[in-house]
Formats: sequence, structure tokens, C-alpha cells
Amino acid sequence: MTTDNRHEPAAEYETHLVDVLVIGAGGAGLRAAIEAKERGLRTAVVCKSLFGKAHTVMAEGGIAAAMGNVYPEDNWQVHFRDTMRGGKMLNNWRMAQLHAQEAPDRIMELERWGALFDRTPEGKITQRDFGGHRYARLAHVGDRTGLELIRTLQYRAVDLGIDVFMEVKILRLISDSEGRISGAVGYYRATGEMVLFKAKATVIATGSIGKAWKFTSNSWESTGDGHAMAFWAGADMIDMEFVQFHPTGMVWPLSVRGLLVTEAVRGDGGALRNSEGTRFMFNYVPEMFRAETAETEEEADAWYEDHANNRRTPDLLPRDEVARAINSEVKAGRGSPHGGVFLDIASRRSPEFIKRRLPSMYTQFMELAGVDITKEPMEIGPTCHYVMGGIRVDAETAATTVPGLFAAGEAAAGLHGANRLGGNSLSDLVVFGRRAGIGASDFAEGRSGEPEPDKGQAAEAVGAALAPLDGKPGEDPYALHAELQNSMHDLAGIIRTGSELEQALERLDEFDERLERIAADGGRQYNPAWNLATDLPSMVTVARLTASGGLERKESRGGHTRDDFPTADPEFGKVNVAQRRRNGRHEVVQEPLPQMPKELQALFEEDKH
Amino acid sequence: MAGVPPKDSGKPETGNVTDDPAAGDEEGMALSEGVTEKEAVGEAEGEGMTEKEATAQVKGVAGAEVGGVGSSEDAGASEEPPETEQVTMKVWRGDPSGGAFVDYVLPRVEGEVVLDVVHRLQATQAHDLAARWNCKAGKCGSCSAEINGKPCLMCMTRMEELPGDTVTVAPMKTFPIIRDLVTDVTFNFVMARQIPAFRPKEPEPDGTYRMQQIDVNRIQEFHKCIECFLCQDVCHVIRDHEVNKLYYAGPRFFVRAAVLEMHPLDTIDRRDLLKEHLGLGFCNITKCCTEVCPEHIHITDNAIIPLKERVADSAYDPVAWLGRKIRGRRKARALEVLELAPAHAAPTSDDLRPAMATQDESGESASRDSAGAPDRSDGGNAGGEHGNNTGG
Repeated sequence: MTTDNRHEPAAEYETHLVDVLVIGAGGAGLRAAIEAKERGLRTAVVCKSLFGKAHTVMAEGGIAAAMGNVYPEDNWQVHFRDTMRGGKMLNNWRMAQLHAQEAPDRIMELERWGALFDRTPEGKITQRDFGGHRYARLAHVGDRTGLELIRTLQYRAVDLGIDVFMEVKILRLISDSEGRISGAVGYYRATGEMVLFKAKATVIATGSIGKAWKFTSNSWESTGDGHAMAFWAGADMIDMEFVQFHPTGMVWPLSVRGLLVTEAVRGDGGALRNSEGTRFMFNYVPEMFRAETAETEEEADAWYEDHANNRRTPDLLPRDEVARAINSEVKAGRGSPHGGVFLDIASRRSPEFIKRRLPSMYTQFMELAGVDITKEPMEIGPTCHYVMGGIRVDAETAATTVPGLFAAGEAAAGLHGANRLGGNSLSDLVVFGRRAGIGASDFAEGRSGEPEPDKGQAAEAVGAALAPLDGKPGEDPYALHAELQNSMHDLAGIIRTGSELEQALERLDEFDERLERIAADGGRQYNPAWNLATDLPSMVTVARLTASGGLERKESRGGHTRDDFPTADPEFGKVNVAQRRRNGRHEVVQEPLPQMPKELQALFEEDKH
Repeated sequence: MAGVPPKDSGKPETGNVTDDPAAGDEEGMALSEGVTEKEAVGEAEGEGMTEKEATAQVKGVAGAEVGGVGSSEDAGASEEPPETEQVTMKVWRGDPSGGAFVDYVLPRVEGEVVLDVVHRLQATQAHDLAARWNCKAGKCGSCSAEINGKPCLMCMTRMEELPGDTVTVAPMKTFPIIRDLVTDVTFNFVMARQIPAFRPKEPEPDGTYRMQQIDVNRIQEFHKCIECFLCQDVCHVIRDHEVNKLYYAGPRFFVRAAVLEMHPLDTIDRRDLLKEHLGLGFCNITKCCTEVCPEHIHITDNAIIPLKERVADSAYDPVAWLGRKIRGRRKARALEVLELAPAHAAPTSDDLRPAMATQDESGESASRDSAGAPDRSDGGNAGGEHGNNTGG
């Protein structure tokens, strides 16, 4: 790219000096910021939307933690085991262990900060069943648990007086002469003015990448900015091929296609049926889960009331299994009129129960689709929902492989392996958000002198960001985005093949070229066309990471299904696909998983008997 | 109203369904009037049309916003396939210096909400049309706007439920304009800081808390709040009297205060604060906030009125006063808590400058004439004292 008319003297940027910079104000970002602020450090949170609107609000079903309030036999070992098995044993075992051990404390902490979870008759926090969790384990607030979490953390942050920079898009991380991340540059969406943060430590908590796919439950913000910026800065990425397609998204009307239908519908008794009325999930129970899954509808239905004497319903198998099963039913011609399958709770639970337990779902279907879920079944199908992969982090400190850079939440990888269990993401946010806050604070305190982010890097990022506004005709950002989404949907969606992934990579190279010519109408003030133009480089980068990882992993496992390699390969069960940028080249390599200690391995041995 | 061509004039056309929310404040508001008499909207038949064709068809008005006010009369009506129903979107475009409604004509698509149409406009005719949104599922409260004059979420308002073939979309009136449909809601974030946070009592010996569901039900209702700020937008205390923003927290933050006041574990008494700093007395319970709440929270009945009762008990009930003299206060006073926490410093006009930026020298809001929400600067003041404003 040329660098004409892109020079803005660094001195003119509004500049903020902080100890810890947190990019992203969802659950993980806020929890990290709270930790740093409580330590007395100068802390700033930057978010692309208004404060309190982060995608965390979309989490519905609950937050998983082995508190044992409903089933006293639940404990961290069981939660650990469920998480590893759900992740097809590809998880970072230490993250899964810390997560299972610390989640209950984090929930109690939320309660101390004002969260109001639903209660048991004894007045404790109650817990609900969810896919892949052996016991009822999800603390929840109806079906709006994410909102409770974000609001609690938001007001905790307000109480602590944390500086929040709202509606700021971060363009690039900036390192100093020693290669330490020392801040970031971005712009205020309202004015288009640039802003520079100098930071001793930076935490990435930017959430998902789903906006690169056509049908997604993700909002416009989920463009993979943090993933991409970390990759550009040289950080290791792992597991990027694992994208979770949530089995139950709305399929109709088209305008809400992809909108999430919480797993709690099935946790509370909803059953999946095909167009023939058959509960097809009984035909899709994989070997790994056969011993603990009900074989008859009677047993499955009895399980809801009595977990001790019945095995769980196959409707609550892990998400990857259910999504693939739905896909197969639709392909076999047993789908619903709009290309999904039916999710029926109307015939199975009373209207009062449904409205009390699933109030948002009731409203969502009533107001957006004109469907009364207390009377009719819902039509649902898989939707791009979550990325298991992301920035490789140290389990204890959330440090990435680049000094000064930390990551937590969906942007980080490792906890969920090849497939995330429902409920484990909210607990991920608070467990590892806190750890990232500690890690970043320790790093900041150990770093002397004022951080000196490189001026050239900032100028380069600003120049590239302003290029679409130079008035020359060029590529339309909306059209380019739609093409990208279609490409990823068609070529790197729920079912993949090697040749399609290669095609995807070719198209992504073309998109990269076209990005050079992208042009936005209008000016810098709150201009969505320009904002999209500056989000697209991130989306193309994360799309490439997914396609490259998927091409490398020649097997089917969790959130990655290859039609040309339809089964799991034990050799691939021993490795992460790692990707990084070295000397301008994109490396894709297989690297061995961290080795689990014997006492934890024993948890899986017992399981076989 | 169907079939009336939109006028090309500097003054935006007043739609058939406009019902200014502020207009009814003397009468206790009648917000829903505008949508009670729905004209039958024919079954949308936009399905057969691809996005590209749709784009091509509306090219006729692609440049409309350049001139400030566009016209849809030359939108190529003769070329359109007869089975495709069109809709005219009158969207407010502008910035703090001023603006106007711009007409855009585009085909209807089955099942769309207003936000979908705004997105289609962005992708086709108005690339730089500014609008906030996030979840598109009524859960985040970002896409608040005034649709046909009624404050609501664009993502939860179905096109098929709006009468006629013209839909007016205006930004929230109470907050200063940034651009187009995006307003500066800083006021709310300043107010959020004024209320001291939850301070729980000591936990049970096992380190946990016990609460009965029945005791948390009523505050769980308030926790449904998605902070869309539509209640703030519609509240005439600040909608019509910008100066009150210095003294009045608004329905959203009365709900927030109610959550804390009614929390079984909380240890702070916020009644003095509500009376003396947050302007609870200004609210004259017209229930406009309750009517527009997309989460159907009973803001007035369940939050504001009980708070008013508590404040009255605290300030004026001699028996309660005597009881406090004898037993002492059981909770810490919010005003004292605030003094210890600089993060909660009371707002000054400096804090609110962004939120009040549209004020010109006369103290009136910059004119934002709107078909849906005409500027009604009646120059009055809701009352300079922290007493009851008995308007309603």
C-alpha cells in the first residue's frame, strides 16, 4: 500500500497513559479490569459499543460451576472431566482444572457484587441441566444470565471508578523497541478522531469472530479484532479450526436467521423432532457417550425428574454432536419447512412453566416470528456461535507468547479444546478474566519506565485506517463483507472438505487484495461504512486462520468436521494446530498437547468401568 | 394513508401515525394510540426479489441524502414488478448542526424488523447512515429510536405491525444528536455513577448467602433492564426540560436504586439521596416509562411508587423518625457513603456538557423537528424545587 496522505503526526493523537489497558468490555474484559483496578493500577477499558452492551448479554442459559447446590455429589473433578470430554480431550488440561476449581468462587463473588441468581428452596443458588454436564450445574437467572453477569461487572467497574472509553475501535497493538506490547491505537467512532493508549500491559478480551460467517448468533462487534491483532503482533494462535455451530438458532424469518435459541429449552424439557415427528437424537449417540445416554424416550423423559436412576436425554449431547445430527436430518429430507428441525417444548411443559423458565425465548419467538412457543414447536437449525480457538495463553497468568500481551475469554484458546460445553463460557470469562487481570497487573508492576509504543507502527495503522476515506472509488465494504460471509458459509462452515478449504484460502487472498482498494462514502463521524471497512481486515485474517487450521487438521473432531476425513484420528488427538506469523510468513504447525498429570488421567480411567 | 406520496419539502411530513409521546404529558400520556388502529398491511411479497434487484430498483434515490431532503417520487415506480410492495422509510439524517428527514423507498421483505430495513438501507442507498445496534434480539438495548413517534427498539419492531406504507425513524429526542439515529447518551452514564453500589451484609458462617426466591422475584424484575434508555427518552421531566438533567436521575436509575433498596442483603440507605440529589420528587407518575419499556418492567408501580413511599416515610413519618432516634439507623446513609467515594462525585454541568451539548444560549434544545416527535420547547420548567411536581 502507498502511504500518501496518511501522515498524522503522532503528537496530535489524544494520548492516555495507563498501567493496564483492557480491550473489550464483556465479561472477561471487565473482570480483568476490576482485578487491575483493585490492585490500585491505572486501568482503562476500551470497547467498540456502549458500556454494558457487550455480547456477553446474549449468553442465556447459565454459568457452569460445581457448587453442588442441587447435586451434592458434584465437584470440580466431575466438572473437569465433563469439560475435557466435551472438548474431545484437546483442551489445555491445566486451564480446564483451574476453571473447574475456581468457578464456584467466582459465582459467589458475583453474588457479593449484587448478582441475583435463581434460588433453591433452601435459599441457595439453584443450578440447571445443560448439554454435556453430568449434573445440574448452571447457576442462572431465568434465561438471561449473561445480562446479569455483565450488569453486575459493569456496576462493579462503575463503583471502582474504572475509566471506560466507549465506542472506540482499536486498530492495532503497538510494541516498543524491545518487542513488548506497549499500547494500542484506535479511533472514537463518534468523531473519527484517533486515540493512542500507552500501556505497560494489555489484555485482549474482544470476544468472537462469528461475523465472518453468514448465519451467526454474533453481533456486528464480533469481527475477531483481538484474534487478528494478536496474530499480526506475532502471537501464537491455536485451535482456530474449531468453530462452534450452536445447534439451535432460529431459521425463520430470514432476517433473524441465526439468532440463538438457548440450550436451556432442552435443559428444561424441550425435545428435538424431525418432520416425521421422530426424536432423532436417539439415532445419533456416539460411542463415547453411549453408556450414560438414555436409549428410550421413557428413560430420557424420566431423567429430568430423577437423574440417579435414569440416563440423560440424547437431546443434551454436546453441541457438536447435536449440530451434526440436525444437519444430517435436514440433508436426508426430514427437515422443517424453513430448513431446520423442530424443537418442541409446547407439548411437554405447561405454558406457565415455559414463561417462567424461558421468558426471553417466549418473547423472542412471539415478537420476532409470531410463534407462541407454549403452543407450537420452534423451528431451529445450526448457527455460527463461538470460536474455541484463539490466542494461546499460559493457564496461570493468561500471558500470550508476546511479552506484555494477555488474553482472556473467547479471544483466548485452550479451555474448551475442540468443543465448548454450554455454560462454560460465562465461567471462563470470570475465571480467566480475573487471572488475566492478575497476570497483566504483575507484568505492569514489574515493568519500569513509561511505555514507549513505536510511533511508526501507530502512523502506519492510522494511515491504513484512513485510506478508505480518501475519496477514490473502490470496493464497497458492505458488498465485500457479504461475499466474505458467503464464502465462509459455503467453504468453511459446519461441514468442510480439503478442496473447499483450499478454495476458501484462495478467495481470502483475493479479499486481501480487494481490501487495498476499499472505499467508504461519507466522513469520519459515526460512519458505519468506514467502521466496517476498518473491521474487514480482522475478519479476513480470522477467516484465514480458520481455513488454514481446518486444512491442516485432517480429521473430524468437535467443532471441526471434514467430509473427506469423517472420523477422529488418534494422532490428531495429540496435537494442537498452532499458527503464527514469523518474518512475514504465516506458519501452520502441529504441536503436542501439554501432558496431563497421572492423577487427573485417572479420572478418565475410572470412567471406563 | 396508503398511497399518499411522500412530500418533498423542507419540513418533514407528519405521518398519519405520529403521536408525540411528550404531547400527552398533561393528560397522563397516551402512547399507544399511534399503533392501536393498524391499517391492514398486505402480505409482503418481496421474496422473489434478490438483493441485487432490490438494490438496482432503489438506485433512483441513492443520492437523495446529498441534497438534505430526498424525494421518493421519482423512485422508478414504473420499473418495479407489480407484485413487490414498497415501503417508504423517512429517516432522520443530520448532526448537531441540524438535519431533516430523508425518504428512502425500498421493497418490503417478509418478516423484517425496522433494524433490518435500516441495515438494507446502509448496504444499498445510505452507506454512512449512522445507527447503533448489537444483539438484534432485544437483549442489549442499543438500537433505541422513535419509530412513528413511539420510542422503541428497532430490532423488536416488526415492519408488518406498522400501519401504512410509510415508516418514520427518528433518533431519541431527549439526548443530543451525534449523527443520524445515534445520540449521545452520556447523561445516563453520569447518572449511573451517582448511586452508591451494592454493599452486602456479612455472609452466613459457610461463606454463602441465603435468599428465598420469593424475596428476589421483585428485584429480578428490575434486573431485566437492558439499559435501552427509552424510559429516560420518554420521561418529560428531562425530555422537555433539559436543565433538569442536572437534578434528575430518571426512571432507569430509579429502577437501579429500587434494586438496591429492596435487595435483601444490602446495607445502604439511599432514601436521602433519592430525595435530595436524584430528583425522585420530580416524577409525577405518568407511567410513560412503563409504557415504552421493552422488557415490560412495571417501572412506575413496582419501582418508583414504592421508592416514593419509602422516601416519604423516611422524611415525614414522625413514628419512623422517633424509632430512628431510639434505635439508631440500621443502614449507612448513601450521602455519607458517597462522600467517601470520589468516583461517585455529584454531576456538574461540566460532566453533562456532552449530554447537554445541543443547548443554545436560550437554553432550548437545538431544533430537531420531527414528524414523530416534534420539538415541543414550551419554555416551562418542571419545577425548581425538589418537591412534587404535580403536573400529572
